[in-house]
Amino acid sequence: MGIKIKSMKKNDFRDNDTLELFKQSGGNVLITTLDEIVNWGRSNSIWPLTFATSCCGIEMMATGASRHDFARFGIEVYRASPRQADVIVVAGTIVRKMAPVLKRLYDQMSDPKYVIAMGACAVSGGPFYYNTYSVVRGVEHVIPVDVYVPGCPPRPEALLYGVMQLQRKIKSETMRLTRDRDREYAEGTIPPKFKLSKEEDHE
Amino acid sequence: MNNEVLKEKILAVLPKAEFAPAGQWLTITLPKERIRSYCQTLKDSPELRFDFLFCQTGLDLADQFQVIYHLESTEFRYVIVLKASIPNKENPEIDTVSDIYRTAEFHEREIYDFFGIHFKQHPDLRRIFLDEISDMIGHPFRKDYKDEVNIIER
Repeated sequence: MGIKIKSMKKNDFRDNDTLELFKQSGGNVLITTLDEIVNWGRSNSIWPLTFATSCCGIEMMATGASRHDFARFGIEVYRASPRQADVIVVAGTIVRKMAPVLKRLYDQMSDPKYVIAMGACAVSGGPFYYNTYSVVRGVEHVIPVDVYVPGCPPRPEALLYGVMQLQRKIKSETMRLTRDRDREYAEGTIPPKFKLSKEEDHE
Repeated sequence: MNNEVLKEKILAVLPKAEFAPAGQWLTITLPKERIRSYCQTLKDSPELRFDFLFCQTGLDLADQFQVIYHLESTEFRYVIVLKASIPNKENPEIDTVSDIYRTAEFHEREIYDFFGIHFKQHPDLRRIFLDEISDMIGHPFRKDYKDEVNIIER
């Protein structure tokens, strides 16, 4: 059973073997069918959180605007509340003062939740001031990341591509199992490299 | 307003002022002990009226610290720069000017945060930006600042 996404050329997705590995369902007919329905719904209505910390945010807004219009892919409405959002696009540098805020926003999002690290700053600390006392070198030190979109900033096409990759990833999920990264995050086996402030222990 | 004319006016009230060669703005260098009297004189003089501290920054020159004051006269539109040097690198201290210019309260907290320069008589001297970073030790804008977790030396 292949994973199909409308209007993407198969050549863009040559790496389907790897994706099949993501498929977590065992092959139970009933559950895989239900999974397909659920995943179809989830992957086609990913609502992002209004969150941007620098210039990548401008590019993200351009992606949402009429020319590129990622509402076509169901990345529909920007939600101002993390309670209503499904995906957080980390668009921009995360400094160490911002890291606890980002972590809190992520914790407040309801499951299933996804993270796209957009641009060099979110991927690795960035091309500019990464070697400093204040910048977190990649958002993966704070929250688990699903899709990395490199670029400085990435063009809207690149973000769209990343979003489609996320949709592919969602389509390989099963509701039977907790996702590995969620479990690791809950258990704390992905320790944040940077100590966050005490305020962070809000729960 | 010509800098030479301004220089004459300043020398009239501060005969001992030392001027440094500078670009756009007239620059006065002074030891840290004189900063309060200089600021007060420049502010009170009816010919000058430097009543606005529009920028205050610190500087680490490896052998000394400096605190730099940019003053403007909102009445005459004069601008000058005061550079106060602090030769003590171990325990840098300077008098506060926050009772002369209220805006210095925040500026001095920022300089204390990044350079660790203590402002004597400041009403509320504590970190302003880096207080939320719980493992922040030291003052990151100092030349000898070391952070082995986050900064790779090369």
